[in-house]
Amino acid sequence: MTEPVISVRGLTKSFGNLDVLKGIDLDLMPGEVLGLIGPSGSGKSTLIRCLNMMETPTGGKFLFKGKEVSPRFRGKGGSIGTGDLRREVGMVFQHFNLFPHLSVLDNITKGPRTVLKQPRAEAEAVAMDLLAQVGLADKASAYPSHLSGGQKQRVAIARSLAMKPEVLLLDEVTSALDPELVGEVLGVIRRLADQGMTMVLVTHEMGFAADVASRVIFMEQGRIAEEGSPEDILRNPRSDRLRGFLSRFHG
Amino acid sequence: MYHWDFYTVLQSFDLFLIGIWTTFLYTIGSIALGVVVGLVACFARLSRFAALRIAARSYQELFRCTPLLVQILWAYYALPMLLGVTISNTVAGLLTLSLYVGSFYAEIFRGGINAIDKGQREAAAAVGMSGVQAMTHIIMPQAIKKMLPAFINQSVIQVKNTSLLYAISVAELTYMTSVVNSETYRPLEAYTLAAVMYFVMLFPLTQVADHFERRMRRSD
Repeated sequence: MTEPVISVRGLTKSFGNLDVLKGIDLDLMPGEVLGLIGPSGSGKSTLIRCLNMMETPTGGKFLFKGKEVSPRFRGKGGSIGTGDLRREVGMVFQHFNLFPHLSVLDNITKGPRTVLKQPRAEAEAVAMDLLAQVGLADKASAYPSHLSGGQKQRVAIARSLAMKPEVLLLDEVTSALDPELVGEVLGVIRRLADQGMTMVLVTHEMGFAADVASRVIFMEQGRIAEEGSPEDILRNPRSDRLRGFLSRFHG
Repeated sequence: MYHWDFYTVLQSFDLFLIGIWTTFLYTIGSIALGVVVGLVACFARLSRFAALRIAARSYQELFRCTPLLVQILWAYYALPMLLGVTISNTVAGLLTLSLYVGSFYAEIFRGGINAIDKGQREAAAAVGMSGVQAMTHIIMPQAIKKMLPAFINQSVIQVKNTSLLYAISVAELTYMTSVVNSETYRPLEAYTLAAVMYFVMLFPLTQVADHFERRMRRSD
């Protein structure tokens, strides 16, 4: 039996008195594309941000490839630190967060060169290859301020992929985009799924979740309320809450 | 009608040159030391250790809320009595100027760093960078651009503040002007000339600050 890449048991997260995650159990298998859906405030963004320790969980167990994840930058003993975890678990943000002072090419090579100590030539070759994959090879020397939202997000995806991560976390990556630019980003994610990339995506695009995800989790009030295949969750919802949630998207 | 006579004063031009050179040295020296002090204080204030934050804050408020002239006189006349050692006017002057400007620089640096969106730090962390790597590769390059106008303005003030070292007989431009004055009895010409020299030194600097400020506003 294959081992889960990420394994979470009884994960909790509180901000002061506010309990945002109230005990999450989750196994992410290699090659899986996991869609997280749910109303705002349900904890789905906090959960995905816990998976690369962007938020430090308050309690529970978090294993990456069987190794316990430490809240420190460098792991001690058998545990894995946040620095090593994040090389393996990439993240793409809603607001892209490209580095505005760097060209598109340097945005992508910065991580590999500073963190993985890749030589410039090698890092740039990888970056050019990734830019070609996301259809932006001609933008290598452009600066982020000269790109459209969709282009920025495609660069951000390439930036994450340059670290050759095992898992890619996508946190509402199309929410800040104009509707006509959503498609180009979803297309890139679709191709990654086809290539077997392990991904977790928080999304409001139900049609896309149905299309690309291999498993969908519906979250509500800090818990996993329902989970299963996209057909089960999105076409045959069991709970009234999920039905109500979905009806707002089908219009 | 007053008869202007710059010729007499200009015969002591070598004294003015000594003054300008000394002013220049104190300015450069105290700015360099002030940047170091300011960076230390800035990162202490951004630290997660409360003791460091409080220490840096106390230093800043002490130097920002007392007049520089009082600080200079205190360092030169009072501090030696407390320590039981003599402190030269060079050391007292340079140290006070550096600590004074450092307290303002710390605030400018902190403002520049805090002005950078926290998404930048997160994006740096997301590719596995350490806090130090994120600071040097991602945050600082952006923050420096933001803080440059305020930094130059504070440095312009610093050039003028060296004139307060007159009070402890450091041979900077204002002090040397007073020497010229006592030799020539031409205060109007001597001090007018000193003012012109300060202006000629500083006007280009304020223009540079304006230039950076305009460029920053364009790129935002």
